[in-house]
Amino acid sequence: MEEKHAIEVENLVISYKNLQNTSIKKNFLSFHHKKAENFIAVKGISFYVREGEILGIIGKNGSGKSTTLRSLAGIFSPDSGKIDLKGHSISLLSIGVGFQKEMTGRENILLSGMLLGFTEQQVKEKEQEIINFAELGKFIDMPVRTYSSGMFSKLAFSITAILETDIILIDEVLSVGDQRFKKKSYRKMKNLISNKDRTVVIVSHNISTLQELCDTVMWMHDGEIKKIGDPEEVLSEYTAFMEA
Amino acid sequence: MYFKKFRMDISKYWKYSMYSAKAILKSEIANSYLNWLWWILDPLCFMLIYAFMFGVVFKAREKYFSAFIFIGITMWDFFSKNIVQSVKIVKTNKSIVSKVYFPKYMLLIIRFMVNGFKMLISCGIIVLMLIAFRVPVKPTVVFVIPVLITLVLVTFGFCCYLLHYGVFVEDLSNVMHIVLRLLMYLTGVFYNPAKRIPAPYGELLCSVNPMAFLVQSMRGCLLYGQIPDLKLLVLWCGIGLFISVFGIRKIYKNENSYVKLI
Repeated sequence: MEEKHAIEVENLVISYKNLQNTSIKKNFLSFHHKKAENFIAVKGISFYVREGEILGIIGKNGSGKSTTLRSLAGIFSPDSGKIDLKGHSISLLSIGVGFQKEMTGRENILLSGMLLGFTEQQVKEKEQEIINFAELGKFIDMPVRTYSSGMFSKLAFSITAILETDIILIDEVLSVGDQRFKKKSYRKMKNLISNKDRTVVIVSHNISTLQELCDTVMWMHDGEIKKIGDPEEVLSEYTAFMEA
Repeated sequence: MYFKKFRMDISKYWKYSMYSAKAILKSEIANSYLNWLWWILDPLCFMLIYAFMFGVVFKAREKYFSAFIFIGITMWDFFSKNIVQSVKIVKTNKSIVSKVYFPKYMLLIIRFMVNGFKMLISCGIIVLMLIAFRVPVKPTVVFVIPVLITLVLVTFGFCCYLLHYGVFVEDLSNVMHIVLRLLMYLTGVFYNPAKRIPAPYGELLCSVNPMAFLVQSMRGCLLYGQIPDLKLLVLWCGIGLFISVFGIRKIYKNENSYVKLI
């Protein structure tokens, strides 16, 4: 059987060149413009993710992991190279996007859901499920401003966890709320990730999480792929490298 | 290419923008005693202040002076609020634009909905004033619509460019505050620039400053039964459309780099 790819990335380059903010004072005072630093965060990487595969990305801080993830999500476009999602819907799992503090929980479900790219209809269908999962009781019809921080993150988590896309991008595995909800949300997360039809890309520093969840692990170092392949192998090499 | 994307984005995000605008309006008044009454009180009080300052202290004389001022304030508020907000709009929505893809000019459209709603309320008050002062309404009122459309287009065009440069130039908002103040006095929110500024310059100002032109046209067609200078109106409408289209194109071309900066 031919294997289907959900994501294909070819020669992805992302740089932060020539994009310094400037102020008018700086412009007047400096006759010689300092050459804007051309910082290349991702240096021409290529990889693919099969449909239903779970890819973990590991690497030290500033190695370009999150940049890669955000360009996959379409938040910014590559300077060169290609990202092909083969028509799949994609979302970066992030909690509390577009929340308005004065609005009720129920209204925020709609706001946040629509911002994540779902139609009003789709959000309405899932609304009850989200409310049940968040366990907020009558607070769901109160302004979010009155929520405790735990309640806030429970609602935010439920929205992102229950409104699912074909491809999910995760920047650090989340678990929120009190001890019990933490377990529940972690379980939900694992369920979500290990669903056979779902393609997942996880960025994490937690080696045991990656070992437990991933089919493949990619190790990024200074904007390049150092190694990609079997989790066991890559992770042990990474550990050795980091401790050296 | 951008046109197709624009159409798709509008249909995809229009509903969200409506909800978001509603949410902003709701939260603005959520914790105040007088709640939505502020939308009426706010322009009304400013009108009283200006009417006192310029009518009583500086002895400005215009027919239907309070309606005259109120029309000026209504249009100027719409323009200046949108301009001020657009400079920092990407930064203030950092929590959204750094997490999901969102066409950045939609942020402007949301603000336009919010400020447009407030303008509509003020327009309602203007209607009441016309009735209360027994202003003889002439058929020229139909020009209210093209004048308003031109106002929206011109403002949107400027806002697109300010959104773009506001990301890169940190102190643009300080500059804009000064520019706006100057422009406010040059717009004649509380006087008629064509009459008050000596001969060639007053008329000139009313044609090169779109706000002065639009405010004067609005007053003319609502209060005094005058037909606006149609050539100029078409010209400004065209310019507005032109800079709006190119502004959106500029945002499309650059919006992906905004996130790297904020």
